[in-house]
Amino acid sequence: MIKQIISLHSFRGWFFIFGLFFAAIILLPVFNIFVPEDSLLHVPDYMFPLLGKYLCYAIVALAVDLIWGYTGILSLGHGVFFAMGGYAMGMYLMRSIGKEGVYKSDLPDFMVFLDWKELPWYWYGFDYFPFALLIIFLVPGLFAFIFGYFAFRSRIKGVYFAIITQAMTYALMLLFFRNDTGFGGNNGLTDFKRILGYSLQDPSTKMCLFMMTVFLLFLSYVISRYIVKSKLGRVLTAIRDVENRVMFSGYNTLHYKLFIWTFSAFLCGLAGALYVPQVGIINPSEMQPANSIEMAIWVAVGGRGTLGGALLGAGVVNVAKSWFTVAAPDYWLYFLGILFIVVTLFLPKGIIGISDRLKKNKDREILND
Amino acid sequence: MTNNFPPPKPIPSVSKYSNLKKLILLTGFLSFLLLFVTSISISEANDFESLLNDLGNKSRSKIKIAVQKLGELGNTDALPALNALKNKHLSVSEEGKLVILNDSETEGVGALDGKKIDITSLKLRKPRINNSVRRHLSTALAKLKLNSKDRAVRLEAAQELLKRSSSSVLALVETSLEKEDNEDIKEVLLLVLAKIHLQGIDKNKRIESINTIKKFGNNDFYSVLEELLKKNDKGEFFEKDSEIRESAASAINSIKKRQVFVDQIANLFYGLSLGSILLLAALGLAITFGLMGVINMAHGEMLMIGAYATFVIQNLFLQYLPNLFDWYLIVAIPISFLSSAIVGIILERFIIRHLYGRPLETLLATWGISLVLIQTVRLTFGAQNVEVANPFYLSGGVEVFNGVVFPYSRIAIIVFVVFVVTAIWLLLQKTSLGLQVRSVTQNRNMASCMGISTRKVDMWTFGLGSGVAGLGGLALSQIGNVGPELGRMYIVDSFMVVVLGGVGKIAGTVAGALGIGVINKFLEPISGAVLGKIIVLVLIIALIQKRPQGLFALKGRSVDN
Repeated sequence: MIKQIISLHSFRGWFFIFGLFFAAIILLPVFNIFVPEDSLLHVPDYMFPLLGKYLCYAIVALAVDLIWGYTGILSLGHGVFFAMGGYAMGMYLMRSIGKEGVYKSDLPDFMVFLDWKELPWYWYGFDYFPFALLIIFLVPGLFAFIFGYFAFRSRIKGVYFAIITQAMTYALMLLFFRNDTGFGGNNGLTDFKRILGYSLQDPSTKMCLFMMTVFLLFLSYVISRYIVKSKLGRVLTAIRDVENRVMFSGYNTLHYKLFIWTFSAFLCGLAGALYVPQVGIINPSEMQPANSIEMAIWVAVGGRGTLGGALLGAGVVNVAKSWFTVAAPDYWLYFLGILFIVVTLFLPKGIIGISDRLKKNKDREILND
Repeated sequence: MTNNFPPPKPIPSVSKYSNLKKLILLTGFLSFLLLFVTSISISEANDFESLLNDLGNKSRSKIKIAVQKLGELGNTDALPALNALKNKHLSVSEEGKLVILNDSETEGVGALDGKKIDITSLKLRKPRINNSVRRHLSTALAKLKLNSKDRAVRLEAAQELLKRSSSSVLALVETSLEKEDNEDIKEVLLLVLAKIHLQGIDKNKRIESINTIKKFGNNDFYSVLEELLKKNDKGEFFEKDSEIRESAASAINSIKKRQVFVDQIANLFYGLSLGSILLLAALGLAITFGLMGVINMAHGEMLMIGAYATFVIQNLFLQYLPNLFDWYLIVAIPISFLSSAIVGIILERFIIRHLYGRPLETLLATWGISLVLIQTVRLTFGAQNVEVANPFYLSGGVEVFNGVVFPYSRIAIIVFVVFVVTAIWLLLQKTSLGLQVRSVTQNRNMASCMGISTRKVDMWTFGLGSGVAGLGGLALSQIGNVGPELGRMYIVDSFMVVVLGGVGKIAGTVAGALGIGVINKFLEPISGAVLGKIIVLVLIIALIQKRPQGLFALKGRSVDN
């Protein structure tokens, strides 16, 4: 097993990955704590939730890459799984506010506002962190499993599947927007105070959450890498390329697709759960069809079919988004729109593809010489 | 020369003189009569004028008497002044001239002649009225309105009476009922009578009233009838007469039944209306999807472009041809079609064509296009919704049942959609372009081998589909506001239409669109709009379990990829 894992990457690859991992998990906190604030190298407190947010998106990008880049199934509904994980975490955080809400009630503020007298049944158990964890792991996966089973069984694929998933996220968004659904309606869940007893305002809690995210991203990456390098991963790639032939060769593609679809949803839920305490809010707009499509473009920009590309794309697009929404908010949508067009027209393999192409050109030059 | 006598001078005859006398007499009499008549009418008019002027009197009792008398005179010229008095827009100048102010009290018109008056120089005072005056005012208004020649005004007055019926208007209602020849107004007046009689003591009249309510009444009469079935604390009925109770119960029942029926009709109509809009939105989508296998995510924005094209045309008319303003919509039809079609063709030529065979990438690229289009419109026209006015022939509606109004705009849209779909069907079935489109849809390679320029077919079809969506935008502009996000609201539903209806056949799209529209509207009152949408989605997923290629798939042996 360990041998298998080590063989996932060359020595140089592992060196690079661990370098990044330790830089993020050790160097950044060190630069925050031990470097004086006026120094150039100082990492300010606000960086941690921001970087944490990007890393959550990176986990999402891994999930989307597994299902789209490797298996060829474009999902335009991954925002749903992300939001599900987020809501489960949010519900735990809401319950742990206790009586410190605006209304000093045991119930979450929005329920007091709606004049509800007691907790709805689906909120039971969220006082306990282990239960919330269980839900975070179970619900997105289970929902994806059921949805995927019916969709894949009737061999819905390609554009059909994409627009059905889009309709799914649209419908759920509408559902969560309702106040009666019991998840805070429009405003969603917010005003969190603490997690596991630690204040969320505290810089050290934020740093811990960040380190947690780094670690889980690392873990997700290794598992994803393990999957795509295994025989399972090869079947998935084959399904992407010619599904009919895979079926004729005796594989039941339903099982493979269902597995990777569910796993991908599970990763997304995890990312959502890490995202909520760091950003401090979860609301139904996370389920907007636009958000899910953006997830696909992260992967496309970085380069689909490579895990590294997905991570890179999530980072590049979101940093660009942060910059644009401050510097030129009117032009962000132009940038994003043109990014969609340019990447699909000219960079089918994304940024990673550029370096490959350059390398090939170089090889050709060497050969020519 | 005896013959050369001058002719004898005619002798003025006596009769001639008598004629003259008669003439003078007659003239005198006539002028006297005329004078008399005019003086009467002048005195009447004076009476009317002085009564009207009394509305501005400082004494409330004089106002009251004036109101009463104006009501009795039945001269509808008094309506504006009375209405103004009721809405506190009436005021009096120091010379006693009545002025009707507008809502913001910046301009005024004379109460008698309706001429504009410069009020800045006038010192105005508002006559004060109390509840007793107000009561008389309502009755007088109702009386005058029931006398009006305008059918709509009479109907409104009758409905006003129905809302606050009291025995004081009994005589008025009965006399108007005799004169009235319009069935709708008669119905309302009968209901007013019934409501009044129901409170009386005459048993026969009460039962008759209940029967009238049973026949014409709507939901508003529930409370009146249920009042009759109430029990006191001891479990005894307030209403002692069992016969009346029974007929009340049966009346409630039949009103309920009728209401359910009416609701279903209304649901069906609004469902068809929604469905026809979806059809316009989805038709182009289904054709291009069938033809090229790509989903155009920017298709919703074609709706938006069509709607904004209508908006622009409207503004141009407003600016340059205000006399012909009501006909802007006719001009907007080809313009909205063309503007969307041109954008569609540009997209096809420069972007979608280069992604042939990569449907998922096309999906993402067209999404990017839609972002750019939305943002462009937002920066050009502003993020706020803009309003497109209905021309006069589309404003208003026809009341099909009591309380159910079908707006003309929606009816026009349904007719328009029928027309468009027929045109598209003819285009696909009877023209050579249609033949080519159908052959490329069935088998692109084979069609290409037969010498059909598939690229050209793609381009024209894409333009056609986008243009139809532009027409959809024009239709949408007539029933709601137009905003940059207009397309987003309909796009998911139109995708569902394509999924449900399958591709390649117009019948499938029609069935899918109307089906989704009608089911949505029928589910809305039961489960709410949101749950309705979710149920529809679940139904669609369940349905494609059975028929993965949609309801009306092309029959053929082509392998799915």
